[in-house]
Amino acid sequence: MAPTLEIIKKQQDEKEWDEPYFVNMGPQHPSTHGVLRLFLELEGETIRSCDPRIGYLHRGIEKLSEFRTYSQAMVLTDRLDYISSAANNVGFCLAVEKLMGLEVPRRAQIIRVIVCEMARICSHLLWLATHALDIGAMTVFLYCFRDREWLLDVFEMICGARLTVSYPRIGGVRLDFTDEIVDELYKFTEEFPNRIPEYETLIDVNRIWLKRTKGVGVVSPEEAVNLGLTGPSLRGSGVHYDLRRSAPYLIYDELDFEVAVEYEGDTYARYRVRMKEMREANKIIRQCLDKLAETKGEPVVAEDAPDLLMPFGKVKKPQAAPHPKKGYVVKGVEVPVVPEGEVYMATEVPKGELGFYIVSDGTGHPWRLRIRAPSFVHISAIPALAKGHMVADLVAVIGTLDIVLGECDR
Amino acid sequence: MDAKTLYDTANYFLLKYFGLSLFKSVVLVAITLLHVAYTTYAERKIIGHMQQRIGPNRVGPRGLLQPIADVLKLITKEDLIPDCVDRPVFKIAPFISLVAGATSLAVIPIWQNFVIANVNTALLVILALSSLSSFGVILAGWASNSRYSFLGGLRASAQVISYEIAMALALVGVMMLAGSLNLVDIVNAQVHSPFKIYAIPQIIGFFVFMVAAIAETNRTPFDLPEAESELVAGYFVEYSGIRFALFYLAEYFGMIVMSMLAVTCFLGGWYGPFEIPGVPFFWFLLKLYFLIFFYIWVRATLPRYRYDQLMGLGWKILIPLALLNIVITGLIKVLA
Repeated sequence: MAPTLEIIKKQQDEKEWDEPYFVNMGPQHPSTHGVLRLFLELEGETIRSCDPRIGYLHRGIEKLSEFRTYSQAMVLTDRLDYISSAANNVGFCLAVEKLMGLEVPRRAQIIRVIVCEMARICSHLLWLATHALDIGAMTVFLYCFRDREWLLDVFEMICGARLTVSYPRIGGVRLDFTDEIVDELYKFTEEFPNRIPEYETLIDVNRIWLKRTKGVGVVSPEEAVNLGLTGPSLRGSGVHYDLRRSAPYLIYDELDFEVAVEYEGDTYARYRVRMKEMREANKIIRQCLDKLAETKGEPVVAEDAPDLLMPFGKVKKPQAAPHPKKGYVVKGVEVPVVPEGEVYMATEVPKGELGFYIVSDGTGHPWRLRIRAPSFVHISAIPALAKGHMVADLVAVIGTLDIVLGECDR
Repeated sequence: MDAKTLYDTANYFLLKYFGLSLFKSVVLVAITLLHVAYTTYAERKIIGHMQQRIGPNRVGPRGLLQPIADVLKLITKEDLIPDCVDRPVFKIAPFISLVAGATSLAVIPIWQNFVIANVNTALLVILALSSLSSFGVILAGWASNSRYSFLGGLRASAQVISYEIAMALALVGVMMLAGSLNLVDIVNAQVHSPFKIYAIPQIIGFFVFMVAAIAETNRTPFDLPEAESELVAGYFVEYSGIRFALFYLAEYFGMIVMSMLAVTCFLGGWYGPFEIPGVPFFWFLLKLYFLIFFYIWVRATLPRYRYDQLMGLGWKILIPLALLNIVITGLIKVLA
């Protein structure tokens, strides 16, 4: 064989050996948590590169909000992170209230903290369930669902809805807590700390679980900050950053709770953080229930809160104005429904930092609403975390970042 | 007419008209199929109760007809064959798995007088057939011409080859103690040994065998070839209808055959502490059910291994353990 042919043959052979194996994971894959699509380049089972494609659950929530009044747009935020819808509602209401300069009654603030923390427990339980299922532990999945069911029942008692609650409203909350709800929550907070060890005995001492999670998807603190991780995913890397502490809203500054932090930065550390957070959330609910008893009978909606049927555009108010020649004239003057301006309000939702940026032109609807969704940022971190790992670890990495596609695609 | 004469007469006529083996095969396959069907039911029920839910309870009393409904559903479903598959191989792969799994039944003695083929190399036959059974899995993964199937098939081949070695080595200890490869002889030798069952002197071998058997049958925590959360369904992702059911069947056949082998080689076969009149295979079935329960229990408890960890476990722990077991058994044999 001629030497050139030999070289070509060799190159061809090498090319053949070097050819990457592409796998399209998703959007209808059981463990991509919704409709995430990952374009994988594999070498054997090792991931060479990973390219997330999003947008399969885009419903245009941001754009839709521009054609809804603020009260109507609040309902859309349910569909962001549908697992912890109450927390999204509160975040949006806080942003609008900040814009309007509304003071929310204390009782409403306490109730909001309770539903936020309930949503946190719900979300973390669902996270643990699906994460364990991804790794193959089937039983934890149903244990978690059993307890989540309890909380959803409480949500149903509170406002009639289980998943998309739309419970808070601008200027307070929709309904007051009844005594039965408080009793049920007391029962829950008594029982729930005994339930957490049940999950932990199934997975914490399990050698296979430790092997599958320790040292997988390690992020250093600097890297975590650079990737824009927030929430438990960031705290798993040892960064003390929790908006409930660093920029307190509602009554979080009065409450006694610990910010859960772990330092290893791997999947197991993030798992520990979330387990700790569930305990802390339980503690917070307990404290809030005690505070709630002190404010019994107080209003739950601010007096100057906008009506649920708030006007869409600016309101014209007849106003007597002096006329230079005729003395006076009755003329409609446009009065802004909410003050003009822009506002950014971030809250600590179970997934991370959820921010609402609202630009108002004075009408009853946002001129522009922009949502800073933690899942969107976390998905962009998947390639960095998954590179060099195996396909099975990729599933663990997706699980550990706790993404919800409804929030990412909006 | 006593039972012996009756048996001999029946034997004579059956030999004359049907061939006893054929009759025994039909009985055995029918019983095993029934067992397979109700193992799926038991699995769903037991796991259901372990997970604080009810399990199937709609079809028939307490959901007892559920497996039959499942089979009917799968049979009546369309057998979809995708366009770009390797058609003949795709069609034949589930049968290879199933036939290899079911044929192993031929050499397993359920009772002293109930073994279809009492061959002297029974253990080797079983090992060979269980390798063949994974051949079907590999072919299915390859012929499907799908990315996930291919990865599943690759995983299956690597896994089965590594754990085959550990399993065979674990059985070497039994062979050494019994001095035979014939399963009937192994059971008889076992009962005359000081501990009555080989699970006690061969405790390491028994452990290695059970772990390898779970891996061999692709059950949790070693269900990598069909890891749902990673490979969707692995090698049978493109299969539907009855061919899918055949793979399912093959998996449960494998599970039952491996449990039967464990009962025969380590737990004293059909012998028990006392005899149950009329049901000579009572103890065999009892032990078999216990082992199947063990399989289900493991599935409800453990997460899944990762591919490289599985390989590490097989090559670095199980095979050395099995080798150590052979050395120890040899020493015992020499000293005793």
